[in-house]
Order: sequence, then C-alpha cells, then structure tokens
Amino acid sequence: MSKEDKLYKIWVYLQAEPLFWITLTLGAFLVGDYLYKKSKLNPLVNPVAISILIVSTVLLTLDVSYDRYFNGAKFIHFMLGPATVALAIPIYEKKDLIFKEIKPIIFSILLGIPFAILITYYLASFFNLNQDIILTMIPRNVTAPIAMGIAELIGGIPSLTAIITIITGIVGASLGTFALNIFKIKDMSARGFGFGLASHGIGTARAMSKNKTAGVFAALAMGLSGIATSIFVIIILKIIL
Amino acid sequence: MLRSLFIIFFFQLLGEAIQKFFEINIPGPVIGLILLLLVFIFFLKSSSQFKKIKKDISNTSHQIINYLSLLFVPIGVGVVMHINYLGDNLFKILAIIILGTLATLVFTAFVMEKIINLEKKNVKRR
Repeated sequence: MSKEDKLYKIWVYLQAEPLFWITLTLGAFLVGDYLYKKSKLNPLVNPVAISILIVSTVLLTLDVSYDRYFNGAKFIHFMLGPATVALAIPIYEKKDLIFKEIKPIIFSILLGIPFAILITYYLASFFNLNQDIILTMIPRNVTAPIAMGIAELIGGIPSLTAIITIITGIVGASLGTFALNIFKIKDMSARGFGFGLASHGIGTARAMSKNKTAGVFAALAMGLSGIATSIFVIIILKIIL
Repeated sequence: MLRSLFIIFFFQLLGEAIQKFFEINIPGPVIGLILLLLVFIFFLKSSSQFKKIKKDISNTSHQIINYLSLLFVPIGVGVVMHINYLGDNLFKILAIIILGTLATLVFTAFVMEKIINLEKKNVKRR
C-alpha cells in the first residue's frame, strides 16, 4: 500500500470518530482565545466568532457535513447545560449587590423586554419581511432553547430562530462595547445587564471575560429576560397584531 | 471536583424533569440555575461542612464558566453551515439584527444606569 493510500485510510478512519472534531474545536478555540487575549480583550476579536470561522473553513474545505462534525462536537455542546446551571454561583456571590439594585433590575426588565420585541417587530416590518419571518425573529434576544420554544408558540420557524439567535449573540458580544461607549454608559452593572438582555449567553460570556460585576448582571439579565420574554411576547403580539 | 460536577448535573436533571412535568416554556438548565441559587440562598447555612461544599462548587463553576465562550462554538458552526436557510432575506435580517441588538443593549443599559443614579441621589438626600 502506498503512503498516500495509508494516509487516506487514516483520515477516513479519524474523520468518522468524535475525537477528531472535538480536538479541532478545542484547537480552534485556543487560537481564538489566544488572539482575544493578545488583543487585550478587544471585542471585535471575538473568540467565539474566530473559532467558528476556523472550524467552518476546515469543514467546507474538507467537504465534511455538519452532522458528522456535530457528532463529535456535541460533547462540547453538552456542557452548555451544566454551564448554565453553574451561573447560579457567580450570581449567588454577588447577591448583596443584586438585592441593592433590585429596583433598577426590575425596571430595566419591564422596559427592556418590550423594547427588544417592538424594535425587532418594527424593523422587520420596515424591511418588508413576511409575517412568518417576523415572528421567527421576535424572540432572538433570549437564549436559544427559550427562543426556539417561543418561536414555535407564536408561529415562527424554530430552526431559523436558532440561527438568528446565535448571530444576535455574536453581534452583541462584538459590537456592544462600542455602542455603550458611544452613549457613555459607564456603570458596570448596567452595561452587563444590557449585554445579557440583548445578546444572551454569548453576550454574557463576553461580559464575564471583561468584568466580574458586568458578567454577573449579564447572567442575571439573560435568565430574567428568558422568563419575561416568554410572557411579554404573547401580550404584545395580541395588542399589535 | 467530582462532587460539585455531580451536584451541577443533578440540578440540571432536576430542572429538565420539572420542565417536562409542568410543561413550562423555560429550559431545564435555567430552572436548574434558579433551584441551585435558591438552595444556596435559603438552605445552605454557613456551618464548616457546607462551607467546604460551597467552596468546591464555586471553584468548579468558575472553571466551567471560564470556558463559556467555547461551548457556543459547535452550534455557531451550525449557523455558518446553514446560513443559506435565511435565503434572499439574509442581508435584511443581518441589518435588523445589528440595529435591533445594539439599540436594545444601549436602551436597557441606559435605563438601568439612569435608575441607579436616581437611587444614589435619593439616598444622599436622606
């Protein structure tokens, strides 16, 4: 057997196994994280976006299907659940600060969630999108599993909602800092809260990496907005539709 | 480490079970988060034994959360591979996402900062 044949055989074997895709994902993330830290946490050098680009490029170049990739990557994806539960701990550790700001937290949810729903609705109407696409987009600011549940409930397309939700997270995480700076918003709890409410887990990850207080308020906003959005969407759609 | 992983997994399991049982529209892990938080706030007294467990869970949780970004990569790759699902609307949708997300982020943070500052002023006046 020639050397090429042998290498090809090894590749055929390896690419069918989860190990290859887990290793690729970890490697891509190490590169992304290295560049992020090297850039002194510049939000544009978002580690999630970089890793996604590296992995996607590899998959497209080698003509590997997403299903095959996810068969390995699902082991990493799995930890998303436990990581969500684990967010209870940093929230607990800042509970005194949270209780102190309980009024601002409640008001920001009560105003922020309807704002998020309405701005998506009116922007989408302005761009002449179909009703089903509008409904698909509406829950995009909350964490993907909640967003998909809401989309199903209101007549959107859940799988599209998942895609739109992830893009929302990356946009918030990489551009949010600039927007907040332009409007000169300095308070770390307020900044974090905005990240969590507008761009769920990926925004929370960005806030966590930058400032502990911001990260905690982001995690809190993510959880609260998930719950509040499920309730508000139904009420608001009844009024405007 | 193992004990805290067990506790975290267990609370997620509990959350998933509650979600299925009551058919609530909130994901199991979020319910697990709320339950774990409630247990920490109301049931864990600061006896020395609980302190050790608390510290254990705290260390493990912070380690997992440190890599929160990594956990979004698999699903993010799915977005790139399926981006054509958005079809002709791709650019409109991207525009809406960028405008809508940044407006929501700034609006929320703005409201919150304003109220925090108002409260500070009130406290001073008293």
